Amino acid sequence: MSKRLTDIICPFCGTLCDDIEVEVSDDGKQILEVYNSCAIGSEKFLHAQSPDRITRPRMKQEDGSWKETTYEEAAKYTAKILCDAKKPLMYGWSSTSCEAQSTGHMIAEQVGGVLDNTATVCHGSTLIAMQDVGIPSCTLGEVKNRADRIIFWGCNPAHAHPRHMSRYSIYSRGYFTGKGSKSRKIIVVDPRPTDSASLADEYIQVEQGRDYELLSALRAALRGAQLPDKVSGVTKEKIYEIVDILKGGRFVVIFFGMGVTHSLGKNHNIDMAIALTADLNNYTKASIIAMRGHYNVTGSGQVLGWQFGFPFCVDLSRGFARYNPGETSSNDLLMRGEVDGCLVVGSDPGSHFPIASVKKIHDIPTVCIDPHTTPTTAVSTCHVPVAIVGIEVGGSCYRMDNVPIESRKVVDPPAGMLTDAEFLGLVLKEVNHIKGVAE
Amino acid sequence: MNTVTITIKKQPDLFLEADCFTPDALAGKKADEIAELPVFIGKTVEKIGDYFTVSGETGPTADETRLVFNGDFTKVKYIGAKMSTGEVVLNGDADMYVGSWMSGGKITVNGSVGHFAATAMSGGELNITGNAGNYLGAAYRGDWRGMSKGKITVAGNVGSDCATFMTGGEIEIGGNVDVHVMTHADGGKVIIHGNAKSRLGGQATRGEIYLFGTVDVMMPGYVKAGETELTIGGTKAVFTIYDGDQGERHPTRKGLPIYAKLYLKK
Repeated sequence: MSKRLTDIICPFCGTLCDDIEVEVSDDGKQILEVYNSCAIGSEKFLHAQSPDRITRPRMKQEDGSWKETTYEEAAKYTAKILCDAKKPLMYGWSSTSCEAQSTGHMIAEQVGGVLDNTATVCHGSTLIAMQDVGIPSCTLGEVKNRADRIIFWGCNPAHAHPRHMSRYSIYSRGYFTGKGSKSRKIIVVDPRPTDSASLADEYIQVEQGRDYELLSALRAALRGAQLPDKVSGVTKEKIYEIVDILKGGRFVVIFFGMGVTHSLGKNHNIDMAIALTADLNNYTKASIIAMRGHYNVTGSGQVLGWQFGFPFCVDLSRGFARYNPGETSSNDLLMRGEVDGCLVVGSDPGSHFPIASVKKIHDIPTVCIDPHTTPTTAVSTCHVPVAIVGIEVGGSCYRMDNVPIESRKVVDPPAGMLTDAEFLGLVLKEVNHIKGVAE
Repeated sequence: MNTVTITIKKQPDLFLEADCFTPDALAGKKADEIAELPVFIGKTVEKIGDYFTVSGETGPTADETRLVFNGDFTKVKYIGAKMSTGEVVLNGDADMYVGSWMSGGKITVNGSVGHFAATAMSGGELNITGNAGNYLGAAYRGDWRGMSKGKITVAGNVGSDCATFMTGGEIEIGGNVDVHVMTHADGGKVIIHGNAKSRLGGQATRGEIYLFGTVDVMMPGYVKAGETELTIGGTKAVFTIYDGDQGERHPTRKGLPIYAKLYLKK
């Protein structure tokens, strides 16, 4: 007989679906089937069962081969490289729980580290724009129940957040949106005709890297100003038409992704999109939400925010928190050679960072805490596999709309494995020991 | 005016933060006292004397102190940051934050500077014979007040995000400029003798940009508002005037909106 666990949280993307059902074996040790989730989410659950999973920490030998070690030895090594480094980088934090992040931040305070999360190559520019102009936002529940004009700008939920559209933004039937997709007008703005664009009522093919100009034109059109005949490859007639569609809505929501946060202009694109949202509020209700990627990148921003006042790129090297993306951001630190030790937690810079940064991670002592074998573990000197948050251990996570959701344990981790919060606790103990700090 | 010469003798392994490289911090100190002052590399505190040779004598006050830096300072941050008076001469290139938050005095750089030079500058003069990086004269992150007073002259090229949130003062650029000039500006003046790429004066409510070269892409919110003959930076020329950014809220005077102005040389 198998058991079916309900209301499980999916620890994959920022949509943080909370309606997953998982069938586990009678002894509760094996995941048999995953229901309701998208293909990526169910793979994440099923992959936890992989027979080739690394279950013990390992150190890289001089000849490049791995040698198994204990969690205690790995914690000692991690504490040593963090304490020895003049400026250690502590990057990642987005695929782990807020509890583990909090422990990691205590270590960073002791060792004078730079704390940075995956927002640095993702929605960090959104956070900069929010500091510049604020943000009129709402929860995904409000989107589901009220929104009748949805814009997807530079994002492709059909591939990146597969259940976003059915749960919240296009097909969901809410209190005031009982007709589902029929009660909504969908606008997709993207240089590429993506699969999300094929679902749109209006698809606008913006010229690559000209989002800022198009957003500016929409704002100007909203104020009744005259426009040039064509802006960013879009005719002025189309721009006025879009403005009319938006003004005619009861509740406009703009979702945006990497297409605007990391194309030309970065934070300025978001700044302008937020300003457009604010302007739309002169006519109707409008909100804007970032399509956050990792399931708890928002949580990392929250925890860093309440502990140090800044959501990413926090430099604690001088004993107080400093923040300036462009200087204290991971890629700038790595490429300029400003750091001499690295800890990666729950993230894969080996896949996401430019090759110059990855080379630097390879050249300095690096510990990677990650349940999986990734390109980052390949360039690290020590790999510490841990239990998977949301599957083998619970923990607090924040959805893309800043709603905290407590993830749940489904099965036990392989025998003898620690969670990342437990391992970071061991590291903190070692660091305190080296620094002579009473616990 | 007394002169202190600081010459780099050893390059730091990582980057060095020298907050005290200002006339304000060093005035009234002898060379050997200066050599004992702290500089920071990551979490470690080291002495100026470990990396630099210090000679000469400072004036009794910052006003009478000139600091001369010789050598390659591309791994040194904060030269002249927060200075309020006196003079700094840098013979070589420097890293980030040259003259950031400066409120007075004069900095001359015979070389190039990195990013965030003259962040939130509120007075004084900064002359750069080489190039400047991104965020020249811009606001600090999250601040809505960028450069407010003073003058920056750059003979070479300037990176992106120049004069973001500028409220006053003047920047003159001899070469080309990357994207985003005077974004969100509410005053001030930027003169560009070379070419610009795009996003001149985006979201600006007030302020003036004078462009002698070409611009790749104009902001859609700027509309033509006549022509005028002006003498800018010693050059007389006819300029086409554009008013903008029409997408932004603008203050009014006598019932008429005040716009940021973009002057393109004909």
